[in-house]
Amino acid sequence: MIYKHDVLVVGAGLAGMRAAIEAHNQGVDVAIVSKVYPVRSHSNAAQGGINAALGEGDTWESHGYDTVKGSDYLGDQDAIEILAREAPAAVLELEHWGVNFSRDETGHLGTRNFGGASQARTFFVADITGQALLQVMFEQLVRVGVRMYNEWFVTRLIESEGVVRGIVGMDIRSGQLHAIQANAVVLATGGMGRVFEPSTNALINTGDGMAIAYQAGARLMDMEMMQYHPTTLKGSGALLTEGARGEGAYLLNSEGDRFMKKYAPNKLELASRDVVSRAEQTEINEGRGIDNCVLLDCRHLGRDLIMRKLGQIHELALELAGVDIVQDPVPVRPGFHYPMGGIKTDVDGKTTLDGLYAAGECACVSIHGGNRLGANSLLDTVIFGRRAGAAASEHSRALPSPADSFPLGEAALQQETDRIRALLDRPYVGELAAKVRWDMGVNMVKHCGVFREAGGLTEMGDVLHSLQDRATRVHVGDKGRVFNTNLTSVLELQFMLDLAVAVQVTALTRTESRGAHTRTDYPDRDDEHWLKHIQLQYRPEGPEIHFTPVTMTRWEPQVRSY
Amino acid sequence: MDVQLKVRRQNPEAEGEPYWKEYALAVPDHFTLLDALIQVREEVDETLSLRCSCRSHICGSCSMRVNGHANLACKTKLSDLHTDTVTVEPMGNMPVIKDLVVDLEPFWKKLYSIDPYLQPAGEVPDREYVVPADSMLHLDGVVNCIMCGACVSDCESLSVNPIFIGPTAFAKEYRFVMDPRDAADTQRLMQMNGPGGVWDCTHCYQCVEVCPKDVAPMERIMAMRKMLVDDGVAEKHNGARRQKAFTDIVGRYGRLDETRYLMKSVTMLELAGYAKVGLRSMTHGKLPPLLPHRIPDAARIRRIFERTRSTHRRRFKLHQQAQEGSRV
Repeated sequence: MIYKHDVLVVGAGLAGMRAAIEAHNQGVDVAIVSKVYPVRSHSNAAQGGINAALGEGDTWESHGYDTVKGSDYLGDQDAIEILAREAPAAVLELEHWGVNFSRDETGHLGTRNFGGASQARTFFVADITGQALLQVMFEQLVRVGVRMYNEWFVTRLIESEGVVRGIVGMDIRSGQLHAIQANAVVLATGGMGRVFEPSTNALINTGDGMAIAYQAGARLMDMEMMQYHPTTLKGSGALLTEGARGEGAYLLNSEGDRFMKKYAPNKLELASRDVVSRAEQTEINEGRGIDNCVLLDCRHLGRDLIMRKLGQIHELALELAGVDIVQDPVPVRPGFHYPMGGIKTDVDGKTTLDGLYAAGECACVSIHGGNRLGANSLLDTVIFGRRAGAAASEHSRALPSPADSFPLGEAALQQETDRIRALLDRPYVGELAAKVRWDMGVNMVKHCGVFREAGGLTEMGDVLHSLQDRATRVHVGDKGRVFNTNLTSVLELQFMLDLAVAVQVTALTRTESRGAHTRTDYPDRDDEHWLKHIQLQYRPEGPEIHFTPVTMTRWEPQVRSY
Repeated sequence: MDVQLKVRRQNPEAEGEPYWKEYALAVPDHFTLLDALIQVREEVDETLSLRCSCRSHICGSCSMRVNGHANLACKTKLSDLHTDTVTVEPMGNMPVIKDLVVDLEPFWKKLYSIDPYLQPAGEVPDREYVVPADSMLHLDGVVNCIMCGACVSDCESLSVNPIFIGPTAFAKEYRFVMDPRDAADTQRLMQMNGPGGVWDCTHCYQCVEVCPKDVAPMERIMAMRKMLVDDGVAEKHNGARRQKAFTDIVGRYGRLDETRYLMKSVTMLELAGYAKVGLRSMTHGKLPPLLPHRIPDAARIRRIFERTRSTHRRRFKLHQQAQEGSRV
């Protein structure tokens, strides 16, 4: 089948749904396609909150400065200004739509502290903020009545001469391939955490949108900037919110020391994430860890506060690690969490390809630069989701009907049908997608982790080369069409390998330490040479590297300490 | 740790009939059922289909029946099950698509049927709606619902009464009825008083038992029944009449008096329908006594009833406050 819409949104997390609602409000025919049902999206895993300078005495400039400093001056300041200025309205819109944000005793919105922030400006719903926002966004999507293609797996973009015209996707339930043609496509497919092992991310976070955009010719940016979250649970790697430290929890080493006083004497546990993760890894590397972990101590917060504000992490620690955080400190370590990099866009979500937009975690505006502040990602999704939805609608209105591009959709559909058939027909030679992914993930954490250096990164290049070769022989054991998750896992593997290469190449290229990118062989920030973005253009023989300047408006780079 | 998984499988592209397949695995002690199923899918049998994503109880993808009861596979620690064989089946009350994957479309349609979005009244304020902190905190318990479907899977009422709107949708409905900002509570209460509504719940506690997020849907349903009675919406409804008759009689005599219960809870026309049963009961010596037995110390029971009645929280609604304000 070939379907047609003015605007097609790919991904139904917060950014995608916000984009679709905006397009609907702009009066265009919009649909949303997602490989899972909308409420299953990974936005629900965000626990801590959403930032906005709404409180008395707080200013957007303060929020903006904290974000710029958090980004280690790699964030583009025009975009950060928009983020900080629009944040109050975005949070109030969510409140008006029904998010049950925590209140203070006067019935007004309450806040909590968060890392890297000079004010308590994080609005929250217990430790289920993402879940609460996602539910409400879905409610609004249902209210306005956007057409949903749920459990559809997008395999590629339809693109010709730099213009994007839609997607080819597989209805997972039937296994049938279809094309959806559109005047504009908004990618909001979220993160790529599965490139790393372990990771806090859901199994669906395989970077599909980033990869299909990259393969179609859109540029990726800041791909060396990968965030390791300081408090992921020992064993399962599940996320324990920064909100715990925001509420006052300590980090301790094996000697019982609050070691953050050494690394961030002012902000201690609430320094930005790159700083805390580096500190933890240093403690562990220098022998003051416990089983490759440090301890997160919530005991002094008391049962009442823990159950009221940190109920979910209490449940996770208990169920997954057998630790009751009311009674005992819980072992945590830095774990892969979030890519600051992604599909390069302008402040309206426009990518380097005509007709292609991106927003949320898959995009790189760049507001997070070298390091994202906690509680800025939920904000990113709603602000830039809305802007991308608006810009895509405007783009669509200026174009004739997508029916003009009919033959293009049919050709792409045929190519994908043939490609999938060939995949299913591949003989078994002992190579499994899960094994290749595992080898990629473990090596990525090893060589592109909290600390990096030229030798390991070069070795990673060789590892990826051999993994890409192995991936061409990966077998699909399930020959059926209905709900064939084996087939989708093989398609995802190819996406992830391209992104892994992007991370490795940019990490090797940037010979300085900035934000989350720490090179032990180049330990200092080097503003003279490296106050610039690295962009990648896909080429079959390997990524083509470009450099672009960082946009500065009002904040000059300074020494960064917390 | 050795574990034996007995998985109910079904492939619509083959014969389509369900069958059992067993997998013997050696897994680490900390493994969840989801970890084990992923190991099967990745290393043993790639044809096994299931939904899963977050691995940390928040996305709601991996609910299935484990040893007969619905739960999230990612929340089921194998070492806690204490059974040699772990039986794994798709959720109940939903058609199977393949293996552990069920058709959720009817589930979503029921959710959509309750208009699941905030419907405030009046002007949107410049800032946030100002509401008591407690009222927002109270919603956390229901906002916790991740739409995993476990409650619907094991709902006894749904298994015999497919039109029942069901525990997930009613937990969502409660979220709006109790939200001070929502002004559609009258319409919402009218709707839940109708066919498939809250009176169709059989009070079996299955949904409370299986909910992995402690949402306690049945308790929300019971709270809304009470609102229906208190607001007078449900006066003519059989379920409401029965509930009222039951509480009146037990509150007064300390025990149920079946004869009075019948007289008070059905219409005269319906009562006629019971004549035959009544006669047969009488001839078999099963007719309850015509005069009620009061238990000793019935006053204590009455006090319990009064206390629960007085602790029932009055709902705080912004739109009602605004109306009351404008009258002054």
